[in-house]
Amino acid sequence: MAELKKERPIQLEISDLSMGFGGIQATRDVSFSVHEGEIYSIIGPNGAGKTTVFNCISGIYRPQEGSIRFQGREIVGMKPHKIAHLGIARAFQNIELFRGMTVLDNLMSARGFLLPYGLFRSALYLGKCVREEINARDAVEEVIEFLDLQLFRKTPVGGLSYGLQKRVELARAMAMNPRLLLVDEPVSGMNLEETEDMARYLLDINEEMNITVVLVEHDMGLVMDLSDRVTVLNFGIKIAEGPPREIGQNPEVIRAYLGEERIQGRS
Amino acid sequence: MGGNFKVSYREDMALFQTLWVKVWLSILILLLLLAPYLLSRYQLSILIEMGIAVIGALGLNLLTGYTGQISLGHGAFLAIGAYTSGLLTGKLGLPFFLSLPLSGLMAAGLGLIVGIPSLRLKGLYLALGTLAFGFIVEYILFHWDLTQGDMGMAVKRARLGDFVIKTEKAYFYFVMIFAAGAAICAKNLVRSKIGRCFVAIRDRDIAAEAMGIPLAKYKIMAFGISAFYGGIAGCLMAHYQRWIVPGSFDISLSIAYIAMIILGGLGTILGSVLGAILITGIPHWITYLTDVFKESYPALSGLIVDFKLGIFGLIIVLTLLFEPQGLFGIYRRVRLYWKTWPYKY
Ligand SMILES: Nc1ncnc2c1ncn2[C@@H]1O[C@H](COP(=O)(O)OP(=O)(O)OP(=O)(O)O)[C@@H](O)[C@H]1O
Ligand SMILES: [Mg+2]
Repeated sequence: MAELKKERPIQLEISDLSMGFGGIQATRDVSFSVHEGEIYSIIGPNGAGKTTVFNCISGIYRPQEGSIRFQGREIVGMKPHKIAHLGIARAFQNIELFRGMTVLDNLMSARGFLLPYGLFRSALYLGKCVREEINARDAVEEVIEFLDLQLFRKTPVGGLSYGLQKRVELARAMAMNPRLLLVDEPVSGMNLEETEDMARYLLDINEEMNITVVLVEHDMGLVMDLSDRVTVLNFGIKIAEGPPREIGQNPEVIRAYLGEERIQGRS
Repeated sequence: MGGNFKVSYREDMALFQTLWVKVWLSILILLLLLAPYLLSRYQLSILIEMGIAVIGALGLNLLTGYTGQISLGHGAFLAIGAYTSGLLTGKLGLPFFLSLPLSGLMAAGLGLIVGIPSLRLKGLYLALGTLAFGFIVEYILFHWDLTQGDMGMAVKRARLGDFVIKTEKAYFYFVMIFAAGAAICAKNLVRSKIGRCFVAIRDRDIAAEAMGIPLAKYKIMAFGISAFYGGIAGCLMAHYQRWIVPGSFDISLSIAYIAMIILGGLGTILGSVLGAILITGIPHWITYLTDVFKESYPALSGLIVDFKLGIFGLIIVLTLLFEPQGLFGIYRRVRLYWKTWPYKY
């Protein structure tokens, strides 16, 4: 399957990405390409620069060097919301939900940019505004159903368990109707059952909805099971790339993880 | 998701959700319609003051409660509305039906400008920035020839076409219509895309941006809308009092508005209304009490003028300490209590 996906066009192309914070070089000359419809994983020890790569793609950080092309278009220097409009959605590592809102409103607010009505229609809540709201609600309900959140629609997200909040993170990203989904450690802190559910969701998102997924995860079992290809970062430098089976046997990768024991994971 | 779900979405999105709300609202409307016939002129004037405060408080709550941007300069936007309409009708002879929206737009325009630094300033710094804006406006009003400084400025009666809004009763209905309209528009804003963008920015601005919400646009828009509400409130106030001085729009007015939205409940429409009513009512209520006890304790009279600001400050502190969600929080708890009995989940 991985071979087949490689035939598809490149959707995300990262070249020579370097991002530093003062004295710390978080990533150095990182390059990789993600094909349409792939599940592509980025792994590496803590502090390796994985989240930094995501923040550069989302436009939250502006890399000092390098380029990021999405569907052929340079996105370095674009504002985060513009990048989101292109179809790049993000589920955050540390839960960054809108705490004062219900699950439903979290999802609706992520869909906001797809609703074209303006201030005056909004104040009067007539015609186009109502139609657009109903359509958005329809689409958001599909996401809610897809991720089995029906019971929590009207629950304020602050009151949900950690595992559920992680799932709402994913749901909120999905509500944006993305082409590319960036998922940062979706199963950290989850139990086995929750992890298996999450794996299912990610696979379904990828296969049924044909959405490209870039995954950052420490759970090697999950990475090995889901990924078409894997990139390994260590101290901000890419040390290996390839199909999961090869990566698991790569001596340099094993050395990077030595002492962390994480590469064994659960599989 | 079939079409038949849409019916329920529409219900779910309705402005007034339950029969109870509709019943209470009908009673309220009825009482307001009857109020001029039941109340004294003085009591009616308090209700007018409350109605105007409701409009201003809604505006500030959209900015501070919903978008999370603190403003200590809300009084300045009322001043801008008041003086704009006063000057337009007085000096240029513009009709009131034009000067009213223009005073809102004037305030909104300046609000947009004040909003620009909000892209850089957060929290305390934004509070200081808006405070400074308030002082600048006050300074200009004091020193500009046109506004006649602390001598004050006379403002014409409001008139719509040939009809001059002369009586207390007429002005009461007029203000109530505006207050209701302001509340409905605010409610519409917050239950639609705009309001969700505001709250998203308040709760997590970085995530909001990553969800495609342009921070700059919505932060500045919140300032504009808030200032528009303030401007309209100021204009209505000016044409009611028919005499305006810069001193009535100083920092203490801004603090009164902060007290309203904190006491009522940050980020709620109902809270803005309740807070505006109470904070406007409290000085009158105290005046009433001091009048009652004047015979036995003459020193009490005049107390209210000195202590109004202190009382508002105390209300802010006590609310934040004991009921951070304000009156709306209490309302919600009571409602939840009744809701869990017997069927509703
Ligand atoms: N905003 C920032 N300011 C300063 N240093 C930062 C910032 N963001 C990341 N770093 C540093 O960059 C390095 C890479 O961090 P990053 O968050 O990308 O790691 P990670 O691979 O996601 O780690 P983890 O697995 O723990 O999430 C770390 O040394 C981190 O301290
Ligand atoms: Mg990380």
